[in-house]
Amino acid sequence: MEAMTEIGVFEIGMTHYLVLGAMLFMLGVFGIFLNRRNIIVILMSVELMLLAVTINMVTFSAFLQDLTGQIFALFILTVAAAEAAIGLAILMVFFRNRGIISVDVVNRMKG
Amino acid sequence: MVTFESLNFSPAIPEIFLAVMGMILLIFGVFRGDKGFRLVCWFTVFSFALAAVLLLHLADISSLAFGGMFVTESFAVVMKVIVLTGASIAVLMSMQYAQREKIARFEYPVLMLFSTLGMMLMLSANDLMALYLAIELQSLPLYVLAALNRDNLKSSEAGVKYFTLGALSSGLLLYGCSMVYGFSGTTNFNDIAIALSAMETPSAGLVTGLVFILAGLAFKVSAVPFHMWTPDVYEGAPSSVTAFFAMVPKVAAMGLLVRVTMGAFGGIAEQWQQVLWLMAAASALLGAFAALRQTNIKRLMAYSSIGHMGYALIGLTAASIDGVRGLMLYMTIYMFMSAGVFAVILLMVRKGQQVEEIDDLAGLAKYNPVMAVCLAVLLFSMAGIPPLAGFFGKLFVFQAAISGGFYWLAIIGVLSSVVAAYYYLRIIRIMYFDTAENELDRVEDTPSLFMMRGTAFLAVIFALIIWPLFHVLHEAVERLLAI
Repeated sequence: MEAMTEIGVFEIGMTHYLVLGAMLFMLGVFGIFLNRRNIIVILMSVELMLLAVTINMVTFSAFLQDLTGQIFALFILTVAAAEAAIGLAILMVFFRNRGIISVDVVNRMKG
Repeated sequence: MVTFESLNFSPAIPEIFLAVMGMILLIFGVFRGDKGFRLVCWFTVFSFALAAVLLLHLADISSLAFGGMFVTESFAVVMKVIVLTGASIAVLMSMQYAQREKIARFEYPVLMLFSTLGMMLMLSANDLMALYLAIELQSLPLYVLAALNRDNLKSSEAGVKYFTLGALSSGLLLYGCSMVYGFSGTTNFNDIAIALSAMETPSAGLVTGLVFILAGLAFKVSAVPFHMWTPDVYEGAPSSVTAFFAMVPKVAAMGLLVRVTMGAFGGIAEQWQQVLWLMAAASALLGAFAALRQTNIKRLMAYSSIGHMGYALIGLTAASIDGVRGLMLYMTIYMFMSAGVFAVILLMVRKGQQVEEIDDLAGLAKYNPVMAVCLAVLLFSMAGIPPLAGFFGKLFVFQAAISGGFYWLAIIGVLSSVVAAYYYLRIIRIMYFDTAENELDRVEDTPSLFMMRGTAFLAVIFALIIWPLFHVLHEAVERLLAI
């Protein structure tokens, strides 16, 4: 298949791309749960998850010889931008009320 | 080759109309400023009504649009009419509350309109791409609505929490979409069903993708284990927004869940039935037990809604016509009951201040018997006491579970609804037997008062009107599952 390239003795196939996507996705998920410092890091993690999915989509699209996946990827990029904009706006509002954006302070409501 | 004709716009006319109205109202609001709040609210309700009229013309048509990405049939039409009704009620109930709480900005009804548009598209989505875009169109305005009271710490915190967990869930959903696309080679629901029937055993990648998609959708209906956002967002968001959250998005998400599970993945029901079984049982139990120690009525309603989603999912777990019909009936009843309860929550004002503790209702029966009776009827109905509306909702889902052989699930459902009855009865006890230290104000909020009385009345006479509704839902489900 043309999407495969040879580097040295390794042949990079679909699995490699998918593993990369899965690793980035897991990094994003752990970034959300393990991070206690800053809510901005959560926004970055979300972005990482969406980009991992984009890699998956483009990979499948290339190997299936089907354009749908790439169109989907473009939509994901667009929505990710809108989502980041809204996320930052909400974060601004929160910052003005609280004066700090550490994850630990998002705790007014519990139970 | 895609031509203009093959796009076939006509099934999507209600959605196109609503989108255009949304943009017109946005421009109108920009020119009038926040003074135009009430007018924009009325125009929004008017647009919902017109969209519903346009929908009824599509009631008997089953057709695809936009290259198979958009589908309309009686199931979608019925669910959309329910969603539009709920959204209209939510906008009407918000009008005075928003002015009291000084969040009466013209964007408020417009955001609700766009979110409702997203829900309508969700109910018609027939492709993973349409599903994702519709869900995002539905959720992005909701994140903003949760943080609408921007000078209030709780409200902005609710916005942050809802946004973070919502973004996580749409990431999970999207990852599932990519897996399903990769292992079935298509994003169209009909083609996924065909691809599945061609496989002897479903590939592991496809099942993984399905589980991820279910996780993403479970977040939208706040089913356990993806319910963490619900109590905080319900408590923090302005009450009128919480009313909207409780009533409408869940109906749409359930409709979408039905289409994904019964439609695209109908061939591998035994795979998703296990997942839904666990979610349904866990939601019903958590909803019953976690609500017991709540003192804030909005938080209590959050746990109650988790429980109700559990009961509704019991119907879907049965994966039969009876089950889906039971689920639709349950969601319809649940929407009206929570409309009524939230109307009462919006009316809980003391000395001009909104209050939301359960103890604030103490002695309500003495000085405002009408409100107490209405709330008592609504709570009895939510607890599932016959012959009120909520009883029929539970009856049909449990019946479907039993005829599908899910005895344990039905038993868990019945037991947890007994536990849940305790905290509904506790509110009624506080209203009737505790003495009032400070009385609540009498608020002249006509729409909320009307909704409170109207839904309580509906709950009482529901036994008389159930059969026509039942018939409509039955036909819609039969046609959905016949395709």
